Amino acid sequence: MSEEPVIICRCNDVTEEEIVALIEEGITDIEVIKRLTRIGMGPCQGRTCIPLVQSIIARRTGKPMEEISSPTSRHPVKPVRMGVFAGEEVEE
Amino acid sequence: MKERVVIVGGGIMGLATAYHLARLGAENVTVLERRFAGYGATFRTGTGIRESFGDETNIWMMRESIKMWKALEEELGHPTEYRQTGYMFLLHTEEEMESFRRNVSLQNSLSVPSRIISPEEAKEIVPPLNIEDVLGAAYNPEDGKANPFLVLQGYKKASLKMGVKIHEYSPVEGIVERGGKRVVKTPRGEFEADILINAAGGWSKLIDRMVAVPSHVEPYKHQAIKTEALERGQINPMVVSFKHGGAYLTQDIADGGVIGGVALAEGPTFDMNPTLEYAIEVSRHFTWLIPALKYVHIVRQWAGFYATTPDKNPVIGEVAPGYYIISGFSGHGFMMSPMATKSLAELIVEGGTSAPLDFYDPHRFERGEFREAAIQMG
Ligand SMILES: Cc1cc2nc3c(=O)[nH]c(=O)nc-3n(C[C@H](O)[C@H](O)[C@H](O)COP(=O)(O)OP(=O)(O)OC[C@H]3O[C@@H](n4cnc5c(N)ncnc54)[C@H](O)[C@@H]3O)c2cc1C
Ligand code: FES
Repeated sequence: MSEEPVIICRCNDVTEEEIVALIEEGITDIEVIKRLTRIGMGPCQGRTCIPLVQSIIARRTGKPMEEISSPTSRHPVKPVRMGVFAGEEVEE
Repeated sequence: MKERVVIVGGGIMGLATAYHLARLGAENVTVLERRFAGYGATFRTGTGIRESFGDETNIWMMRESIKMWKALEEELGHPTEYRQTGYMFLLHTEEEMESFRRNVSLQNSLSVPSRIISPEEAKEIVPPLNIEDVLGAAYNPEDGKANPFLVLQGYKKASLKMGVKIHEYSPVEGIVERGGKRVVKTPRGEFEADILINAAGGWSKLIDRMVAVPSHVEPYKHQAIKTEALERGQINPMVVSFKHGGAYLTQDIADGGVIGGVALAEGPTFDMNPTLEYAIEVSRHFTWLIPALKYVHIVRQWAGFYATTPDKNPVIGEVAPGYYIISGFSGHGFMMSPMATKSLAELIVEGGTSAPLDFYDPHRFERGEFREAAIQMG
């Protein structure tokens, strides 16, 4: 039986299977999952995938959602073109 | 070896040292990590791996490390994304040309195949490069890069398999002596150590302080950026320009996004917040070197520590009886980790190593000895 993989992070092509494999290895810290799989590191900065990953962790570990931290957000909060930072372009 | 070894720090140094100790027969190795393995500089590295140094010892250490990098994927049974995509130092003045001619001839004498190339050749290798003010470049095709996330995971799994114990979320808060043994205290319990190893990177001086020895390692905040994914193969080597902000940049193996940074450091400090000033500096220099990057988005920016010593060379060796340090890599520890950790493990288990560890003697500063500063990026 061939099942379509469930894509969790569309920006970086990460499947549910990859996330579940890590959780089963005991890796349930979203910061670590992020670095190992690159979820949340794409152009949308995790807006779509992070909540999905949090819910997978909650489901698999039985922890309530509130206890699963959100990754630290850093500047830049949204992607910015280098030309804008370099002062050669103004942001539209 | 039955001695209880406790390693403080679960970065590349801590885990690779644990791995080599276990391979050499140490049966009782414990790694204590404050957060998760890799949390420190290791997961914040610029990924570069080069033997392009300007002094014999560092060239030797890196030449041997590169041999190990090539075999690492197979040895660990884990992907590393290690690739030999080269380093290209852009040279903009006669003075730079002269000093890199010297580096290249020293490197060649140690069988490193680096060479000086013309601006046109540089552009052939990196098509989007701006060669307007480039006189030439020093290019070494054997240099390269690897994926720090995968590499660390590989060491971690291989170490666990050999019986190394890794305790994450276990910050070392104090070290006391009891009955001639050191006892390492964490909120998750105490660990007795016959041999204690400080692999705490930018935080090393705090561990030195707990053992009551002088420290020569200070944390300096350096930053880096990553862009959105780009078509691969346009910027294969690590492109470096000391004139343009000390910029270094390359395309990531995984998604082709550009990763890199500039030499804008702050410190000593324990602050790890990225700054807008840095984003502006990076963008100014990167868009000069590769004008097409103007249209490319920065998707991530982060800060981490260069664990820095007065001569930009690491401290590796015994500090006090039973207390060792492997730190102070001053921004080039990821690349040097294979040989640095293997030789420290040999020193501990076998009492000696063929690597020139004297050069990295932790006591050299107290004797007033400073090495020629290692070539540093960022
Ligand atoms: C922006 C940037 C770019 C870089 N680019 C490159 C590059 O291109 N090539 C290269 O070779 N190197 C590069 N480096 C340097 C490289 O990342 C480091 O030299 C290397 O990762 C050091 O590894 P480490 O294990 O010594 O330190 P770390 O990875 O910092 O590990 C130390 C660990 O100790 C833990 N720790 C600290 N205090 C305690 C405590 N009290 N108890 C328990 N654990 C503790 C920390 O949490 C940390 O995980 C770069 C560094 C930065 C910041
Ligand atoms: S969907 Fe994961 S970062 Fe965009």
